[in-house]
Amino acid sequence: MEWRRKDLLGLEELSREEILAILDTAVSFKEVSTRSVKKVPTLRGKVVVNLFFEPSTRTRVSFELAAQRMSADVINVAGATSSVVKGESLTDTGRNIEAMGVDVVIIRHSAPGAPHILASRLAASVINAGDGSHEHPTQALLDIFTIREQKKRIEGLKVAIVGDISHSRVARSNLWGLTKLGAEVILCGPATLLPRRFAELGARLSTDLDEIISEVDVINVLRLQLERQQESLFPSIREYSRLFGINAERLRRAKKDVIVMHPGPLNRGVEIMPDVADSLRSVILTQVTNGLAVRMAVLYLCSGAHDYAKTSH
Amino acid sequence: MQRLLIRRARVLCPAQKLDKVADLYVDQGRIEALGDLDTPADMTIDGRGWIVCPGLIDMHVHLREPGKEEEETILSGSQAAVASGITTLACMPNTEPAVDNEASAEFVVLQGERAGLANVLPIGAITKRREGRELAEIGQLVRGGAVAFSDDGECVQNADVMRRALEYTRMFDKPVISHCEDKNLSGHGVMHAGKVSTILGLGGMPAAAEEIMVSRDTILAKMTDGLLHIAHASSAGSVEMIRRAKAAGVRVTAEVTPHHLSLTDECVRTFDSNYKMNPPLRTAADIAALIEGLKDGTIDAIASDHAPHAPEEKDVEFSYAPFGVIGMESELAVLIKVLVETGKLTWLQLIEKLTVAPARILRLKKGTLAVGADADITVIDPTKKWTINPNEFRSKSRNCPFAGWEVTGKTVATIVGGEIKYSEIPPERLLS
Repeated sequence: MEWRRKDLLGLEELSREEILAILDTAVSFKEVSTRSVKKVPTLRGKVVVNLFFEPSTRTRVSFELAAQRMSADVINVAGATSSVVKGESLTDTGRNIEAMGVDVVIIRHSAPGAPHILASRLAASVINAGDGSHEHPTQALLDIFTIREQKKRIEGLKVAIVGDISHSRVARSNLWGLTKLGAEVILCGPATLLPRRFAELGARLSTDLDEIISEVDVINVLRLQLERQQESLFPSIREYSRLFGINAERLRRAKKDVIVMHPGPLNRGVEIMPDVADSLRSVILTQVTNGLAVRMAVLYLCSGAHDYAKTSH
Repeated sequence: MQRLLIRRARVLCPAQKLDKVADLYVDQGRIEALGDLDTPADMTIDGRGWIVCPGLIDMHVHLREPGKEEEETILSGSQAAVASGITTLACMPNTEPAVDNEASAEFVVLQGERAGLANVLPIGAITKRREGRELAEIGQLVRGGAVAFSDDGECVQNADVMRRALEYTRMFDKPVISHCEDKNLSGHGVMHAGKVSTILGLGGMPAAAEEIMVSRDTILAKMTDGLLHIAHASSAGSVEMIRRAKAAGVRVTAEVTPHHLSLTDECVRTFDSNYKMNPPLRTAADIAALIEGLKDGTIDAIASDHAPHAPEEKDVEFSYAPFGVIGMESELAVLIKVLVETGKLTWLQLIEKLTVAPARILRLKKGTLAVGADADITVIDPTKKWTINPNEFRSKSRNCPFAGWEVTGKTVATIVGGEIKYSEIPPERLLS
């Protein structure tokens, strides 16, 4: 298929074919990381900006490395938490960056829709690296890539996403992507963090991890924001951990070939126990490796580099 | 003061249940005669094909003066009003400082008179500084011109304070206007809590946050026999609760805004902050219930909740933008489109909601074309097609959710106290 988007804002608006196109492109980029010279000239002369209004190490470094491996020039800009605090509007920030001749803006922001606002006003490509609780498309793509690599398929799999669904962009993007590719998604968490409306988006809902654990092929464990306790969304971390933490004992009741995923960073001892995180069933570090390939694929497709590749042939 | 004759227009006067082609004669700032007339006048307008109705009354606007004059002033708000057929405005007290004392109310009246365009009426605060604790000097505010009382967006959370307000205002026969919102429940929400907020990951304000307060306030109105007016009802549940309270004899009235009758939470998918208001845009089912409420009289009036905000405040991430949209200059055309053109309300019903109904709620001797009434008159060309373009508005602000709407029907003249305050009447229509 032909890739026509300049931006990657979320998985909700992508078709099944578009998602597959990214995953397939990522397969060839993954091979680059295995070479002794881990660099290709694909984005030479292009400028990529990491515009992060929220602290992040993993995602930013992954994007940075992805861009560098494709020979782009990369700039990191750490924005203040909000434009209100900073005194410059998001649009102004975006326009200023664009005026410097930037080709791709990778943005992380605490406000849902911030990348969408930028995308509608800039000619540059905009890639959403997480907007509030809305979407985190590259995380979901790397999760799905990892599942497909491990299980050799997506269709017909049962994937449990466990944790604070309500505030999770990872859960939302995974839900869109996985259901489009034919998996069944079970969202599992405490009732206060699992809005019933998710059932209307094609998910199965469960508030009992032990009830579903034996039937799933994948368990994707979400990071718990510990400060949610103050909003009376759960009574204590201890209780959360007892009810929804993934430990070895629980895992014994799961399928033999179940894989455990986590978008990181881990709260060891809260949502995931060390004996699980470091077990053979954990593919957490594989996710990180695959993140690089997926982000290279996204940069390649959205920056229009594939067009140049085509015309030069 | 000139004598004015509008000939052969369709005269709509819901107060008199009148809908017929007639001549209307104005002298000395009053309606002098209505019928088949051949009276000499200083100005005669050919009104054929046009609608003549009582001047529109917008009982819920924010004119930002004093405090935020860069967003709106009483002058610019009055200009926007008369360009929209609105002859009387009731201004919410959430200015800086709040209208919570006699002098502040008088200032609003005075600025309205200085603007000299529309009738500008202050709504006084229920509590001092709108803090929800101690009653404001309601008696003094009445002396200063206040026609109703409201803490506006700072919905009084303390039920006992609300009870006292309903009791105390009874002495003056003035309504308490309640923006119904349980602030704990609406929390940090920025849009309606529903399927769309779940998808977008934006904080939701459940309809229950509004309905709990509608319920509380109707119960308190029953207990106190106070006069309660529900501002901008937005949910089906609120409509049902108001309907039941009215049936039980509670002295409650209600209004709805054009945007809650025409837009849903689906609009927020654009992340355009011109769809951010409080109460939030809800669902198609809520719109249907609101329209049903208008039809059966549960909802008495329509008001714009005109809420100007500076572009730099509004042009930010959806989560950070202030609540509110401007509404006066799109109001009539949007209502014609969603209510009259669809056959949901007749012209007479629509005009009732914009004239005599708010006049009754605010105890104003207005909203009628009866002989002897103040000559506040709106002339509408119901066939004029135009495109809503906020850049052409008189309002100082541009935060309008209806930009680009193709609409039919426009104010062509606005007469306040017998004087033409706004006119786009073509010369060939002026007969003398």
